[in-house]
Amino acid sequence: MKEIAIVAYHQSKAVADAGACNEVELIMPVLTEVYRQLGIANAQDVDFVCSGSCDYLQGAAFAFVAGVDALGAVPPIKESHVEMDAAWALYESILKIRMGHADSALVYGFGKSSPGELPIVLSQQLDPYYLAPLWIDSISLAALQARLMLDGGKISERDMAEVVSRSRRNALANPNAQLAADISADDVLAEETYVSPLRKADCAPVSDGASAMIICTVEKAREWGVPYALISGIDHRMETHNLGMRDLTDSVSTRLAAEAAGMGAGKVDVAELYAPFSHQELILSRALGLGEETSINPGGGVLAGNLMMASGLARVGEVFKRIVAGEAERGIAHATSGPCLQHNLVTVVEKA
Amino acid sequence: MSEQQEPVTGIEAPIYLKYNFTAGAAPTRFLTQVKKGVLMGQRCPSCQQVYVPPRGSCGACGVPTEEEVTLSDKATVESFTIVHIPIPGNPIEPPFVVANLVADGANISFIHLMNECVNEEVHIGQRVQAVWKPEEEWDYAMGNIHYFRPIDEPDVPDDKIGRMPVAGWED
Repeated sequence: MKEIAIVAYHQSKAVADAGACNEVELIMPVLTEVYRQLGIANAQDVDFVCSGSCDYLQGAAFAFVAGVDALGAVPPIKESHVEMDAAWALYESILKIRMGHADSALVYGFGKSSPGELPIVLSQQLDPYYLAPLWIDSISLAALQARLMLDGGKISERDMAEVVSRSRRNALANPNAQLAADISADDVLAEETYVSPLRKADCAPVSDGASAMIICTVEKAREWGVPYALISGIDHRMETHNLGMRDLTDSVSTRLAAEAAGMGAGKVDVAELYAPFSHQELILSRALGLGEETSINPGGGVLAGNLMMASGLARVGEVFKRIVAGEAERGIAHATSGPCLQHNLVTVVEKA
Repeated sequence: MSEQQEPVTGIEAPIYLKYNFTAGAAPTRFLTQVKKGVLMGQRCPSCQQVYVPPRGSCGACGVPTEEEVTLSDKATVESFTIVHIPIPGNPIEPPFVVANLVADGANISFIHLMNECVNEEVHIGQRVQAVWKPEEEWDYAMGNIHYFRPIDEPDVPDDKIGRMPVAGWED
């Protein structure tokens, strides 16, 4: 099986409102930056392009098609799209390279969530017969999950507040963070509840932005002559849409994906977990059996800035950055989709 | 056996989602000009093509189009079709002409309506000009141009369509 190298990555700063930017204007700056890292001109210089986005976020039909205007697609390019986080676009691109159909791929994700009411928009991803017509928003569903955790004695509100405090403090060193502050768990607990038992700080903010990555074969990475890290495994698993059938206090799909991706084959120095709610970081780190030796979300994670459809790819990019900077030798990146951690993807990234 | 049920052939599940939509920075600059009755294109710094309406990038090169270029409201027919079915909201009675037009000074066509023409005589290379709505009705919309009508100018040969300067035939 062909090894996959990550050779370039960039994420825009997460902002609460990107203003008048359209999708092309959101995407182009991050693409320009990954091209610059490799010294290439545009998407003509890679073999395959795959993006992740969701037109419901900004309320613009075919925004994902309009986004192709950012690529330079003349003469025509090989291009694909997933209506999911770009972490799944990464998955598709890896398959493309492993099948021998490409030696390199540009992967990008973008999300402009500010124009709509994100928790309400996300209600429309639920089962269309019984749940979507009830308009159950994503925060309310996460609150049901947090209640199960608290009343089952699996976590305390202080545990959740500790997650928030660590995220805010870690984010102080992350220039792309939207929310960063030196706050303690006591400061968080002093906040009023928002959707009980969640406080506003337990919920990821609504953010606009994009991320992009270039992956390739090891031979191509050597040809480009840039520092790279290796993707040694990737897998994703999905649970039933019926929330009543799932154990919401565990994440079986994350655990299975991590096993299949080969997480257990070595030490995990850093884990980037896509937890849009504080209690979900606890569910994920327990499902993965992460201990003291692993630094979890050292840049603050998505509680510090949640780029819908781009932050899953950004989790992989963050691990890549730590590895090429020499701060870690091996790490995992997790991405999630759907309500209450329904669908989970785990990538293992290692030093080359 | 349970009794025979009527098949359920549909349920009502209306969706209402509210958005504060924004056109984008480049389209905003274009729409601001069109509200003043001016067609403003944007030039690609790489291939030099001028786009109207601009979206902020050259789709061919994938680079931002920042240089703004004032265009003429005269244009050339690049292609056309005669529509025989009514389209809701379209003020023109069928059969009417939908045309791909290239404004003088631009290289990439846009789609608009033609009227005050003999449909059977519309042809590629034909010269047309915008018929604007009354100024008091101008908004941030391409609809400020009611339609394009033929003008008495020589046809543009095929190899010059999309290459007319902003001054048109006078150049």
